[in-house]
Amino acid sequence: MTKSIFRPVRVALLIGTLALAACSQGGFGNGDSAAGVAGAAGAGGVGDPTSPVYFNEVVGDRVLFAVDQSTLSPEAQNVLAGQAQWLLANPEFTALIEGHADEQGTREYNLALGARRAAAVREYLVSRGVPDARLRTISYGKERPLQICSDEACYSQNRRAVTVLSAGLAS
Amino acid sequence: MLTRRNFIRSTSLLAASTALPSLAFAQNGPLRLEITEGVIEPLPFALPSFIAENAGATDAAADISRVIAADLRGTGLFRQIPPDAYISQITSFGAQVNYADWQAINAQALITGAVEQRADGQLVVRFRLFDVFSQAPLGEGLQFVGSADSWRRMAHNVADQVYSRITGESGYFDTRVAFIAEEGPKNARLKRLAIMDYDGANVQFLTDSRSLVLAPRFSPSGGQILYTSYESGFPQVYLMDVATVQRRPLEAIPGGNMTFSPRFSPSGQTVVFSLEESGNTDIYSLDLATGTRVRLTQTPSIETAPSFSPDGDQIVFESDRSGGQQIYIMPANGGDPRRISAGTGRYGTPVWSPRGDYIAFTKQENGRFHIGVMRTDGSEERLLTSSFLDEGPTWAPNGRVIMFTRETPGDDGAPAVYSVDISGRNLQRVATPGMASDPAWSPLQS
Repeated sequence: MTKSIFRPVRVALLIGTLALAACSQGGFGNGDSAAGVAGAAGAGGVGDPTSPVYFNEVVGDRVLFAVDQSTLSPEAQNVLAGQAQWLLANPEFTALIEGHADEQGTREYNLALGARRAAAVREYLVSRGVPDARLRTISYGKERPLQICSDEACYSQNRRAVTVLSAGLAS
Repeated sequence: MLTRRNFIRSTSLLAASTALPSLAFAQNGPLRLEITEGVIEPLPFALPSFIAENAGATDAAADISRVIAADLRGTGLFRQIPPDAYISQITSFGAQVNYADWQAINAQALITGAVEQRADGQLVVRFRLFDVFSQAPLGEGLQFVGSADSWRRMAHNVADQVYSRITGESGYFDTRVAFIAEEGPKNARLKRLAIMDYDGANVQFLTDSRSLVLAPRFSPSGGQILYTSYESGFPQVYLMDVATVQRRPLEAIPGGNMTFSPRFSPSGQTVVFSLEESGNTDIYSLDLATGTRVRLTQTPSIETAPSFSPDGDQIVFESDRSGGQQIYIMPANGGDPRRISAGTGRYGTPVWSPRGDYIAFTKQENGRFHIGVMRTDGSEERLLTSSFLDEGPTWAPNGRVIMFTRETPGDDGAPAVYSVDISGRNLQRVATPGMASDPAWSPLQS
């Protein structure tokens, strides 16, 4: 239910962001990743399957988690299978997987929990053939909520792992 | 801080007396205030504004009197009798005290003092404490000498003396608090490492807001701060020298592994912290002299928030090895932990009291957060606070007061620093410049 409320809103915001793409600073999985600087249409846009915009919007750049969990739901595994396929088809991209937690937890624990979530995504992508060297992880714990209400509707969107693309070779 | 430490010299005004003030006082029963019994009725004190011995000391005398009174009132243990109720006026520091006049307004303690500005600019602060109903001085008079800009510290020193002589406990006013200053909306917070006096004065920002910073911790000397920063792009523990504001990563950790939740050992020679590898977080120790890192826990669960016992022999920490966050104690060199938290809900962020008698923690249950204390065997659990989000306790150096972060819910939710005493009384918001979180209380500076 929460998904049906928030997903259209997020897409609408993203299109608004893309129109102002030059302002995009990336980070924190809020839809304006550093790689997503192309227009919404045409080459590099959402209609171009090799574009980061396509990855973010069509493949899906994020998976959500249950409270205090880092296990991947069947739905999350579907999204990640698509991510793996895309990464294999677009080997010039590397990815930083951000793990996040909702605000209902202590700061240190949530950092560790975010790391668990990011690692779960990384492991899944590697199991689907993505070279480990192209993937890095980072945890933001509860430091970067996407939605700021203090209800489950927001918490469910904040318990996330976001795959943020960047162009270029793995370091 | 190391330079500030030496600014203030204190000397006894009674050269003949060699007894320690606290010993002298222990024989002097009536005014004793036992904090452990839980104080319901604050002890009334009179504090006539300190006498300015010369014109240059006028402002300092008034300011110092005000800060001493605020320190004592802020404990919740003392009540100031308003100066307009005073019958006697103190016109000179050496004058005889007319006890009857102070008894008449029910002042149990009388604090008198004088401030002089010397030709070299140094301030001299003298004070005496009297037990009004015993009609006797309580301990010896003391004199502090310091630079003019250390007047607040001298005031805190006087207040620490008064607190200590009446309660038999050491004070906590001449202390600092490191914290995280926050600004901006909830989904784009900017955070800076900051430090201030325990009462919110003398705020100094130690980092800019370009990198996310979290959870500072003082070294045992108070001269260094450990904290977690995203400066390198990944969360890593940094070590900062407070006086020079120089910082460096605690240790070069390869592979982008996250390090966080650091804390010094009581000797200052070892740092314990959490290190994450492939999603698994365990506790490690680092010998600062040799650079030797030792892994203290080896489980697939989350182990974090380590804190040493005051003797350095044990470490209390949190782990979710049982399925949820609980508190455990293990030997300082690792080894089998024993679980001490036994109630329902989740227990995290344990911090050992500097006195060794209690462990403070964050408890999460039924959507509420609490700051609590328990004995080191897990018994006598007592919740001190309750709110939407309370977390991260830090102890006053005397182990009697706890500061923590309280965050309000919703879109405009904001963190602030609060303090509460270990009986659960005297909950107060601590003055900070804007939003603040993750307080760390320093040791006494003098």
